[in-house]
Amino acid sequence: MIKTPLCDLLNIEYPILQGGMAWISDAELAAAVSNAGGLGIISSMNADEAWLRLEIKKAKRLTSKPFGVNVMLMNPHVDKIAQVLIEEEVPVITTGAGNPGKFLKLWINAGIKVIPVVPSCGLARFSERSGATAVIAEGGESGGHVGELSTLPLIPQVCDAISIPVIAAGGIGDGRGIAASLMLGAIGVQLGTRFLVAHETNIHEDYKNKIIKAKDIDTTLSGRSLGHPVRALKTPFTRNFIKIENDPSTPKETLETYGRGALRIAAQDGDTINGCFMAGQISGLIKEKESVQTIILNLISETQKALCGGMQWIK
Amino acid sequence: MVFEKVVEILRNYKEEPELEVTLTSSFEKLELDSLDTVELVMEIEEAFDTNIDMDGSLETIGDVVTLIEKAIA
Repeated sequence: MIKTPLCDLLNIEYPILQGGMAWISDAELAAAVSNAGGLGIISSMNADEAWLRLEIKKAKRLTSKPFGVNVMLMNPHVDKIAQVLIEEEVPVITTGAGNPGKFLKLWINAGIKVIPVVPSCGLARFSERSGATAVIAEGGESGGHVGELSTLPLIPQVCDAISIPVIAAGGIGDGRGIAASLMLGAIGVQLGTRFLVAHETNIHEDYKNKIIKAKDIDTTLSGRSLGHPVRALKTPFTRNFIKIENDPSTPKETLETYGRGALRIAAQDGDTINGCFMAGQISGLIKEKESVQTIILNLISETQKALCGGMQWIK
Repeated sequence: MVFEKVVEILRNYKEEPELEVTLTSSFEKLELDSLDTVELVMEIEEAFDTNIDMDGSLETIGDVVTLIEKAIA
């Protein structure tokens, strides 16, 4: 049994969060994760408030356990989304792509636990100062939009920089990664890629197959020149993107337009020519499609084994 | 003067004592990304022993100076 202070803080059985992945983390996946004892998270991506309200209501029908919503702060509907989260009494909010300062006090005053995803100590300190409940420190091994630092150096530095709880993310795919994160000072973890292949994840089967087939070297970064690098599986789309990106004559706008909607195309259509299959470096470790419950139970028993195994080195 | 102090902190941060800075210098022009901006603004806050509202978009040194002046007024 693995229990950390995060379990009591978020009222969950295991200290495992499922990342809010745009076009992937819907009510069904979030509810499955929460039912299995973790914290499921719905991604509100660029959706409007009506879509999100329906998705939250759906999750409530599917689970009586707590679940969260990830808010992409660059979403044009973010003001209305912020209000829906209060009205629907969503217990946990994670935030990405921006500064939650504007909404943080509003949500905290409504009794919501707010956990920003941060890529650096500065933003972790800023989140703590603004009243955040905890932070998710995410290393650049993760899929999707990533920061510069890797998880191994990031987590202990963030743990030293702030006194609120730290949840580790980026490059964690099994119990060994969870055990390591706990050793670095985190009290919980967030996993995305591992849940991509869950039976309950509503994405194109080819997306899941590509993760299962992936080797350690099969992800790549693109979009660095736009200021927001994205990690995804190597496909004709990413190779072409990088080729265009490396061509100095390509205008920034062309690149922005080229990438637009590419994740949706991957998730819904499985189209490798036009789709961007966001995935973390840990993809190579994932070899089986399983139910969310099996994934979580395996993660917990692997963590226990790894933590106990470490004892052998103490003489 | 707030501006002079901000320039001094910025020059120290970038380790460029001769760095040319004006109120209209943007963070982008100064080659500071969003993470650098957060670090820098927090250093400036500490120097003035105050907190500024980072909710809006901070684009230039002038934006920071204005907010600091308001905060310590």
